[in-house]
Amino acid sequence: MNLTIFLLALFDGIAYAALVFIVALGLTLIFGVMRILNVAHGSLYAIGAYATVALTGFFLSLGLAPALSFPLMLVAAILVGILLGGPIEWLLLRRIYDKPEVLQLLVTFAVFMILEDVQRLVWGTQPYFEARALQALGNVTVFGVTYTVYQLILLPAVALVLLLGLRFFLRRTILGKLITATTEDREAAQSIGIDADKVFLLTFIVGAALGGLGGALASPTTSILPGMGADMIVLSFAVVATAGLGQIEGAALTALMIGLGRSFAVYVWPEVAVLVPYLIMVLVLLVRPEGLFGSPAARKI
Amino acid sequence: MKTLFVTTALCAALPMAALAAEKPETLKIGMTTFLTGPASVFGVPAQEAAKIIVENINAEGGINGVPLEVSFIDEGAGAEALTSEYRRLVESEGVEVMFASISSGNCQTLAPLAEDLQVPNFMWDCGTQKIFEEQDYEYVFRTQANATPEMLAAVIYLLKTKPDFKTIAVVNQDYAWGRDSWNIFSTALKAMKPDVEVVGEFFPKFGAPDFSTEISRLQALRPDVILSTSWGGDLDTFVQQASQRGLTNSSTFVLPLAESSFERLGASLPAGHIVGARGDHYFLHPERREDADFKAFMEEYESRTGQVSVYPVFHTSQAFAALQAAYSKAIEENGVDWPSEEQLLAAMEGLEFQGLGRPVKIREDHQGVEDQMMGTTVQNGDYPFATMKNIMIFDGDDITTPVGEESIEWVSGLDASFIDTVAVDSFEN
Repeated sequence: MNLTIFLLALFDGIAYAALVFIVALGLTLIFGVMRILNVAHGSLYAIGAYATVALTGFFLSLGLAPALSFPLMLVAAILVGILLGGPIEWLLLRRIYDKPEVLQLLVTFAVFMILEDVQRLVWGTQPYFEARALQALGNVTVFGVTYTVYQLILLPAVALVLLLGLRFFLRRTILGKLITATTEDREAAQSIGIDADKVFLLTFIVGAALGGLGGALASPTTSILPGMGADMIVLSFAVVATAGLGQIEGAALTALMIGLGRSFAVYVWPEVAVLVPYLIMVLVLLVRPEGLFGSPAARKI
Repeated sequence: MKTLFVTTALCAALPMAALAAEKPETLKIGMTTFLTGPASVFGVPAQEAAKIIVENINAEGGINGVPLEVSFIDEGAGAEALTSEYRRLVESEGVEVMFASISSGNCQTLAPLAEDLQVPNFMWDCGTQKIFEEQDYEYVFRTQANATPEMLAAVIYLLKTKPDFKTIAVVNQDYAWGRDSWNIFSTALKAMKPDVEVVGEFFPKFGAPDFSTEISRLQALRPDVILSTSWGGDLDTFVQQASQRGLTNSSTFVLPLAESSFERLGASLPAGHIVGARGDHYFLHPERREDADFKAFMEEYESRTGQVSVYPVFHTSQAFAALQAAYSKAIEENGVDWPSEEQLLAAMEGLEFQGLGRPVKIREDHQGVEDQMMGTTVQNGDYPFATMKNIMIFDGDDITTPVGEESIEWVSGLDASFIDTVAVDSFEN
């Protein structure tokens, strides 16, 4: 393997990792704060993508510039967070925080199944493709290989901004500190006057919006079709579990490992490319069952 | 004496009576198709087509006065749900003929079940060539071609139109179809053009949302030809990403199932690439597009669905055409009002019928012989998506594995001279 190929694989890996990270970020945030593994996150990702396609299709058909697609992605993500994330937390999850994990998993899985059918009802079964946002940014050629600016530069940039932004938010702002405090110890936080219900609702909306944003950002690069959510939830769960549940920086590093592992596999040994994310997960969890960045849970009496 | 005579007459008439069946009120058909999952890009158009066809047949008085009634089973629900629904339709609902299925895996599951349940089963869409090569079936028939002629047509068209290419790479879905179709294609290619070099073999997982890495690698490898037998969302994503990044300018793509993606791909499938349609299925079929029945159906389908017809629609029409032809033949040959199951099965062998494409014939091994259409894409502005030019329709008899032979073995025994032995009709567009 020469340097050129090494760099090509590196670029592909980073672009792929960026997208996986954005989706995994929402999942790990929700788990970190609420201790709920939200299987419905996959649907939020898919609906974010569908909503972006619908919004972009509508507004661009009015003759507006393709650059408008970018704010529309944000709009789609926020809509997913508020219109879906809000009611899911408020109507369902709120009732089951103290129930066994299996039940929580089943409830979010049920939501996932319902939302899968909702997508089919609303958008049908034919794949959509809406790439005008990606085309608006054009291509760059590196070592004779053409990349899209969107995948090579924009996606990694957005992932980086989200990582740093979320770190800053959780550590440096009051609201972020309230969330962190509730995560550490819910009862203690409530006893000093933090409204844990509100914190949970907010976290879930933000997490859901991140899932939606992942879908929105993925939409110009891939076919939007039923089942895309199931695929993403499996992969982002692998990232979150490998990183250690609730670990934001860990999710970034793991997404990068998985992205790079996969792209190098395509160059070196394409047959195992599909396996790579799970091989990495198995290897990490064998050595560190709590995940790369996870700490062994201290039992509370 | 009189009693004796009547009894004798009755006894003599009995075998005759046993042969004919009582005419049912409705002829119930069960059809398995993907209503959910990625393959619903085929299953839903097929279902729409089935509804239109049944309405049309019933409006003309059904089959010998008996109206059709179709029940659909979702193949996307999983093999277990599929088999139990299949069983239920046959055993409790009185379904007389089953159409199953789209997925090759499902065909392999359901073919033995059809034998057990003794229900005539038309394999209306699945591609695996192995079914009749590995097993003999009494109740199972295929109303279309299989993977072998489909792949052979692609190889021959490629060699006819681009005889001097040197290198090829493949990007197929990582499941039975992706692997098997490459096996047939590469075996045929090596047999007919041994100097071709395979420079890359990629099998991204089924439903992969991203082919960026494969595309980078292909841009570095620069193969003359890139084959992909992918379909649906996977094919759309691959072609879109490849055209976004200019790969469609540097390599010729061979996409044997691209006809079903034309409309969705729009301008992203540029001119000059080789495409196929799993048979002679094309909404602008050069021989059929002026025919009244063809035109009427295409218009009706488009006005109902807002989309042009794709190959599963044609496959559906062939299954129903086979059904009509088989009942008519059985009724006529036996001089009955309604045929028994044996009479129907007997009528299937050697049956000729015509759906929306050219006529199809059922061989003695129950495999359908269907002509294969290939073409080159063109973006000429008549439609907001690619259509075909330089169309060739290959004779199904010449490219279907002979009865009793195994496909890979037969294909590997071919050589370059085979290309000229295949009967072909060419059309400008």
